Amino acid sequence: MIPISFFLLLSGVLFVLGVITFFVKKDLITMFMAIEVMLNASNLALVSFSRLSNSLDGQVIVFFIITVAAAEAAVGLAIILLIFKQRKTIKPEDLNLMKG
Amino acid sequence: MTEYFWLIPFFPVLSTFILAIFGRSLSKKYVSFQACFAVFISFIISLISFIGLLYSGSHGPLIKNLFSWIKVGSFEANFSLQLDRLSILMALVVTGVGFLIHVYSVGYMANDRDYTRYFTYLNLFVFAMLILVMASNLILMFVGWEGVGLCSYLLIGFWFEKHSAANAGKKAFIVNRIGDAGFLLGIFFIILNVGSVEFEAINKTLDAGTMSSAMITLIAILLFVGATGKSAQIPLYIWLPDAMEGPTPVSALIHAATMVTAGVYMVSRMNLLYVSSQTAALVVGLVGALTAVFAATMALTQNDIKRVLAYSTISQIGYMFMGCGVGAFSAGMFHLYTHAFFKSLLFLAAGSVMHSLSGELDMRKMGGLKKYLPLTYPTFLIGAIAIAGVPFLSGFFSKDAILTSAFGKGHYLIWSLGILGAVLTAFYMFRLIFLTFHGEERIDPKAKEHLHESPLVMTAPLIILAIFSVISGYVGIPVVFGEKLNLFESFLEPVIQIPHEIHLGLKMEWILILISVVVALTGIYIAFSFYIRNPKIPHRLVAKFPKVYTLISNKYYVDEIYNGLFVNPVVKGSELVYENFDLSVIDATVNKTGSTTNSIGKALSYIQTGLIKDYALVFFIGAVIFIGIIIL
Repeated sequence: MIPISFFLLLSGVLFVLGVITFFVKKDLITMFMAIEVMLNASNLALVSFSRLSNSLDGQVIVFFIITVAAAEAAVGLAIILLIFKQRKTIKPEDLNLMKG
Repeated sequence: MTEYFWLIPFFPVLSTFILAIFGRSLSKKYVSFQACFAVFISFIISLISFIGLLYSGSHGPLIKNLFSWIKVGSFEANFSLQLDRLSILMALVVTGVGFLIHVYSVGYMANDRDYTRYFTYLNLFVFAMLILVMASNLILMFVGWEGVGLCSYLLIGFWFEKHSAANAGKKAFIVNRIGDAGFLLGIFFIILNVGSVEFEAINKTLDAGTMSSAMITLIAILLFVGATGKSAQIPLYIWLPDAMEGPTPVSALIHAATMVTAGVYMVSRMNLLYVSSQTAALVVGLVGALTAVFAATMALTQNDIKRVLAYSTISQIGYMFMGCGVGAFSAGMFHLYTHAFFKSLLFLAAGSVMHSLSGELDMRKMGGLKKYLPLTYPTFLIGAIAIAGVPFLSGFFSKDAILTSAFGKGHYLIWSLGILGAVLTAFYMFRLIFLTFHGEERIDPKAKEHLHESPLVMTAPLIILAIFSVISGYVGIPVVFGEKLNLFESFLEPVIQIPHEIHLGLKMEWILILISVVVALTGIYIAFSFYIRNPKIPHRLVAKFPKVYTLISNKYYVDEIYNGLFVNPVVKGSELVYENFDLSVIDATVNKTGSTTNSIGKALSYIQTGLIKDYALVFFIGAVIFIGIIIL
């Protein structure tokens, strides 16, 4: 049987990859995907801990997160689509209307 | 018949509300009908209550407690009205004369833009005045007192587009505040010493004699300070001449017949207070006598027809206080009652003259109007004869009652001042008559084209008031014509005790009456010789005593002195405070707070780049630090 620490390690690696991607990439779609990766990394961690502590709570939370993530992905993509329609760009450095 | 007396003030206030809320959509005809009718109903109820009171035989006041109003600890002030002989007398004068003036106003204000507003104020005034005279305690009386002051302010400044009218309104309001401060202090002292503001309770305490005489004097003088403000006595009379900026019917109702006499009513209402304090009574009498003469001299040189009447009003109210001061409260009230008729008659007749001359006020531009104004002239003349104190008209009886009491009580100084005032009164009234109606015509040709007698709606009140100016004195016939003929005095007896019998003897009384008659006729004769027989005399007099003339015609520079002593220092002081405190402390604090916040915001706005990645980085670092703290 694979020890729990492996899963947690994988989860940590995935999360760090997500963070790095988010800061390195220069278009909204990829950044969005990076967020999804981070989300799933945390899902993995939750499931692992659920297994470790022999309770179902973690898995239940994961189901919730998956549902919410689906909705969030739909909304997020719609926003990005609209931004592109209006501004003809999805580069985050061009989107600085909120500058003080 | 008397149980519905508390409805008297109800109708004018109802009418006020209707006019104030729906006034814009009501026709002029309806507005005039409703405004006059409301006052008329009040008059009818007053009349019914009066008759009921006359035949009821009960002497105590009827008190109707409408609702409990102020309740603090053991102190209580109710919204309660009171019906007794003094209040019903005032209510009759207010509603009766008020009704006639409402009718007159229908004609006088016919072409005014703000017709409805005018009648709203006028009805409100009648309500406030009725509250003043029918209140059963000092606090509610004060409400009426302030209410009439407010209406006076609103109506003096009725044509507020005119700068002088707006200023006159302010002046009246502010000068009255000074008097009201004294009045309020008096009320506070009464609460402190009596524990109640009900007139009944105050009189009971005074009867018991538990108050120290110094305290009584203090209270009496403080209340009288309030009276000098409202009733335009020295030193607070300065607002009344300026109040003539208002419409003439307002001058007749508020500034001649009713509101300005409120002080006399108040002093008579509190008569036990002034009976208990010799000093206060002497102050009242002397201030009254001095005002009577002082104001009369100022009336001598005025050329504005309404201002002559205004000074005359101040002078006549001086007589009323003179009566109260020598302990003859019923004589003072008697003069108040006759004065209400002949002075409002004079004002309304003057208004009729103005109306026919397209608003001309200057007597130098009148003269010879007798033949053009066949109704105004005789009524004006009756008013003038009545005020001059010619026998058998109302003014004679009331003025004589005051002067006889003053002499009988041994106040010879006050009496001689009264006689001097009487000569001056007769003189300036007939100067007014001769300059306006007799002699050569000096009318502006433009005004002459429209010269016409006023419509019936204006002349009818004149005629009714003229009739009352003649007959109203016969309820107070002096003792020389027979015992027990002074119905007025015995009517008021339950409220105002008749002073200890004056033992002058019939002979002395006849002499006194003769003196007043001679004095009145002398005044008229001097006016006749000055302005009809030999019009050069006044000019010669002016040339001979130029200094006296400039002093009097400038009204003794009292306004200027007050400006120098009180108004300018206040204005200057305010300016100093404005520059050195308002601008540099208050405004600076506010501005500094604003600008500091602004610059902090500007500095912080550099952090706000608008880029998602920067925010995410901050967010990330924050999360790392937060988790780090939790773990470690």
